[in-house]
Amino acid sequence: MTQTVFAPWDDPNEKPLIRFQNVTKRFGEFVAIDDLTLDIFEKEFFALLGPSGCGKTTMMRMLAGFESISEGRIELSGKDIGHVPPNKRAVNMMFQSYALFPHLSVWDNIAFGLRRDRKSKSEIDARVDEMLKLTRLEKFGRRKPHQISGGQRQRVALARSLAKAPKLLLLDEPLGALDKKLRQDTQFELMDIQESTGTTFVIVTHDQEEAMTVASRVAVMDEGRIIQVSTPANIYEYPNSVYVADFIGDVNIIDATATPTGENTYALNWIDGQPPITAETKTTFSTGQKAHLAIRPEKIRISTEKPDDAANALQGKVLDIAYLGNLSTYHVQLPGGQVIKAQTANTRRIARRDITWEDPVWISWSATAGVLLEH
Amino acid sequence: MKRMSWFNVTSLTLGFAFLYLPMIILVIYSFNASKLVTVWAGFSTRWYGELIQNEAFLDAAWVTIKVAVMSSTLATVLGTMAAYVLVRGGRFLGRTLFSGMIYAPLVMPEVITGLSLLLLFIGIGLDRGVLTIVLAHTTFSMCYVSVVVSSRLVTFDRSLEEAALDLGCSGWDAFRLVTLPIIAPAVISGWLLAFTLSLDDLVIASFTSGPSATTLPIKIFSAVRLGVSPEINALSTIMIAIVAIGVITASLVTKRNAIRAEADTRAAERAQA
Repeated sequence: MTQTVFAPWDDPNEKPLIRFQNVTKRFGEFVAIDDLTLDIFEKEFFALLGPSGCGKTTMMRMLAGFESISEGRIELSGKDIGHVPPNKRAVNMMFQSYALFPHLSVWDNIAFGLRRDRKSKSEIDARVDEMLKLTRLEKFGRRKPHQISGGQRQRVALARSLAKAPKLLLLDEPLGALDKKLRQDTQFELMDIQESTGTTFVIVTHDQEEAMTVASRVAVMDEGRIIQVSTPANIYEYPNSVYVADFIGDVNIIDATATPTGENTYALNWIDGQPPITAETKTTFSTGQKAHLAIRPEKIRISTEKPDDAANALQGKVLDIAYLGNLSTYHVQLPGGQVIKAQTANTRRIARRDITWEDPVWISWSATAGVLLEH
Repeated sequence: MKRMSWFNVTSLTLGFAFLYLPMIILVIYSFNASKLVTVWAGFSTRWYGELIQNEAFLDAAWVTIKVAVMSSTLATVLGTMAAYVLVRGGRFLGRTLFSGMIYAPLVMPEVITGLSLLLLFIGIGLDRGVLTIVLAHTTFSMCYVSVVVSSRLVTFDRSLEEAALDLGCSGWDAFRLVTLPIIAPAVISGWLLAFTLSLDDLVIASFTSGPSATTLPIKIFSAVRLGVSPEINALSTIMIAIVAIGVITASLVTKRNAIRAEADTRAAERAQA
């Protein structure tokens, strides 16, 4: 049995649902979106990820029609939507504050958009009931928004924005107001609903875990530009810059100068008086070029004895131990003063741990464990 | 219940006495059988009976109510529109000037407002009557409405309107179906405020009313100048009763809503737990 991987972005014949073409948005002097070009495909669950003020919300509001475009064009199914007002777009939005109408019942909130389309009563009834069922809110149809819990409000907002069966659903920090446990459950619910309705979802979030969990592709943004667009696994394993590596998950960055030692192999001089680090990469570096080695903490091994088989092994001293239950993170100080984080799974009981504060330890990793970055 | 200290009892008594003693005396004397206001001659409802017979007073009362309803409605529409533009219109040319000027009548001495309106009406040749009083009352009460409504609009979650647009509403539909129902309490209290202001007004009405239409405050004021009659006491008592009933009803409704909202919130919290 062959399983086709959902990856329309790799297919050059696939037409994108949304196309940003050199889009720029200015608020007075401030450039919120800077010459941005991006394709989003049908049935994608696309995440815009970045710190606050990076322009992700502005992008979403331009898609919804609440912000005009200063330069460039935005296409939906091949048509320019730059001048289409929000009420004429086949795009719906789920607001961060949910924006439920407080004077209407849950049922009327969901029916609101359908009524604007002058649908028949039986059609509206059927669609609202379907939406209530999808979001497991059958029992709450007659309640007012202030009579239900935060998690239920979130589902009403989702049901209301999906009721008109939009081509594209925009979700602005949809889970920001929920507590952690509920948020995790709701993430999976969102994915199920996205899959069962086949709607294209674009989600805005500053929570990298959330983006990684729900999205088919993630765009990491900074200062109005997209730094990298890729699948969650690619973003994590092959970040294209120190910014992305640092933004997604935990990472150690070692600054060094590169010297080629073979095909795709480099010796990295990171500090005087210490043996160089060996790293493999497909990127070409010239002799003496500045390079940054990014290594995830879980890819670094920690041991009391010097390992024989590792490509890189450095000795240091345990500065700190962060015990997280399932994992422990060791902060190891190297001779030059730099602190490297190494993470191990706690497969043993804590009482039997053999490394403690101030212990001299060896940290080691393979030549391919890290990513060598230019900037 | 805790016993109040002597200090608290004294200040409470003094406060209430200052507020209500004059009115209590007025109410008591409205039931005086004597024609002399200051001499008590036993209980009687005679003056209420005479009041009903007095056509001049009844006419004035009718004019007052007509003027109050019309001017407060007009002021509510205009004041709400002005508040909406000031809060939602974003930055436009002359916004600061406009928002400063809309509140000017709040601090303008009434005599000046009345006089300038009088000059205007004479200038454009408008005969003074119900219409001119309505226009004058609308002018000075719409700024109160716009203050009340704009303070509500400032705290109004803008994304509610955006959600309405997003779900297919035109701008007008979004206002009619979402904004207006939510700010309705503020609009209604603005209307009530304008209504009361119009009911009370003596100064502006005396400038803008004509021989064909006189409001109750003017009538009372001119009658009192000839000496306080027990009829006026009866009339004032009726007005106090109307206002008291209105205030008590409004506070009861508010309290009931607050209790219900609290119960709802608790029920929601239980459902969540």
